[in-house]
Amino acid sequence: MPEKEFLVAALSKRKDDFLKRWYYFSRNPLSIVGLIVLLLIFLAAALAPYITPYPEHAGAFTNFREASLPPSLTHFFGTDSVGRDVFTRIIFGYRFSLFLVVVVLSLGVPLGIILGLVAGYYKDTWIEIAIMRITDIFLSVPPLVLALAITAMLSPNLLNQMAAVSLVWWPWYSRLVYEITTSLRQEDFVREAELIGASKTHILLREVLPNCTASILTKMTLDAGLVIIVGASLSFIGLGVQPPKPGLGTMIADGARRLPAEWWTAVFPALAIIIVILAFNFVGDGLHDMFAVEEV
Amino acid sequence: MGKYIGLRVLQSLFVLFGLSLLIFSASRVIPGDPARVALGPLATEEQVQELREEMHLDKPFLVQYYFWFTSVLRGDLGESLYTRRPVVTDLKRFIPATLELIVFAFLLSLIIGQTIGILAGHFRDSWFDGLSRLISYIGIATPPFALGIFLLLIFSYILNLMPSVGRLSLGLRSSPQITGFLIFDSLITGHLDVAWEAFKHIILPAISLTAANLAQESRITRSSIVENQQKDYITAHIVYGIPTRSIIFKYLLKPSFIPTVSIMGLDIAYLLGNAFLVEVVFMWPGFSRYGVTVMLNKDLNAIIAVVLVIGVAFSVVNLIVDIVVSFLDPRIRLQRKGG
Repeated sequence: MPEKEFLVAALSKRKDDFLKRWYYFSRNPLSIVGLIVLLLIFLAAALAPYITPYPEHAGAFTNFREASLPPSLTHFFGTDSVGRDVFTRIIFGYRFSLFLVVVVLSLGVPLGIILGLVAGYYKDTWIEIAIMRITDIFLSVPPLVLALAITAMLSPNLLNQMAAVSLVWWPWYSRLVYEITTSLRQEDFVREAELIGASKTHILLREVLPNCTASILTKMTLDAGLVIIVGASLSFIGLGVQPPKPGLGTMIADGARRLPAEWWTAVFPALAIIIVILAFNFVGDGLHDMFAVEEV
Repeated sequence: MGKYIGLRVLQSLFVLFGLSLLIFSASRVIPGDPARVALGPLATEEQVQELREEMHLDKPFLVQYYFWFTSVLRGDLGESLYTRRPVVTDLKRFIPATLELIVFAFLLSLIIGQTIGILAGHFRDSWFDGLSRLISYIGIATPPFALGIFLLLIFSYILNLMPSVGRLSLGLRSSPQITGFLIFDSLITGHLDVAWEAFKHIILPAISLTAANLAQESRITRSSIVENQQKDYITAHIVYGIPTRSIIFKYLLKPSFIPTVSIMGLDIAYLLGNAFLVEVVFMWPGFSRYGVTVMLNKDLNAIIAVVLVIGVAFSVVNLIVDIVVSFLDPRIRLQRKGG
């Protein structure tokens, strides 16, 4: 049956593509390490209530008899000033960080992509001017400052933190996609689609967007690390995850007040942040290699 | 060139106007009554009503914005509802400390980043190159406040080498204020001890503030050195027998400097933003810590002012960077003349 053969051929081509991409990605051992660490962190965060030694310590738990203990076998990373296990709280803290990444990227990225596509396609019209000037305005202050100010005005909590960080994140994607779209607008395949009479949605989503995927995916992985830093920064200042919830930034702020005696309450959450960001960066580098080779 | 600069200035003014509209409307759509928030739960209804009228909160949004905008043009940013002083007075008092920190951090990243980049590019694939790569990975992945805590712990508490917080140790008399830059002021007035103290205090915050920039700059310089080293004109110079040192400093450094300058705008943005974290860690009595304090206290007038100051600073920096790059890079300069 020709249909079946066609299907088999298509599938095996897809499999080859995947293997080729995987080969380019996995040439750099750091990318593999990053990927494994990320998977472990995601898994640990998802299963936090089941795998952490003291899940009840994630909230407003106190046990002053075991307060401020240094790292030991019963408490890997020690306990904080009210007797909560720092290791447990870090794993729970990852939940807030990763959740923030997912929310910010899934709100900010599609919005930025759509605006960038539209602005790029309608270059030199009022639509482009309106969208790109608004983008400029959002990019006229460092994202951290704008996120801080907006969260502060809205009153600090987790939900507002997510809203504020998403609000400052989309302009980067609209600018990125805008630049690619303007460069592709005059290409033959877009012109031809227009001549055939394809709809604007088809042209933007099926012809232009696939050419942006590589840049978007790479940027998203690198941005995941940045979102975690911005989220932890907000929490560190007191404008994010509020105690007794275990935000990584919140825990560091708390530990910083007890330096140098209870160093472990600040140092381990800080290391936890560094590790997850490094992992995202390594994976991002791997994706970059993967797509860079393909373009050649 | 003049036309280009004029256009860029107009563009910046438009963006700043938009920013003011954005941040002002954000401050007015928030849930709750700004006047009530400012005065606290103990104030009487009359007091709140009075403040409401003073802040024009009883008028439509555009009227409020008009009143606010015209007073900003007169140089009046309103009164801080937290410190009870005019916001402009507060800003004047706190900005120099932050400016000193940022300028110092910027110079640090420029000098050290370039040096590491040149060495790593020249001795590429050596142990030094590997080490610099490792350090730059860590520098980029470490949030500035976490780095600040590590540095404090190691250099102030464990090794006892550095002072921990503030701009000067307690009890030390400050030199007369001229520019507000402590190191500079005390140097030109001859207070060497104060200058040394101030220098020791600024080192750790500056490093935590700029580590990521430093890391990135060294990588960029390295790769552009490596890239340019393979070009024909460098091979030609080597064949002519020109000494390596003058090849590096005369012919390699200049083209390698252009990408560094072009990302300076982003570098400064990073410093402006992260000063908010570093100043909290090191209790640096500057503008950004003032910003954090007013944010935590929901002091709307001051928050708006802080964001606007950052916006203005960032626009000016970007303007300067664009102009400098177009002077440095003949390709951009000539292209603009032609087009």
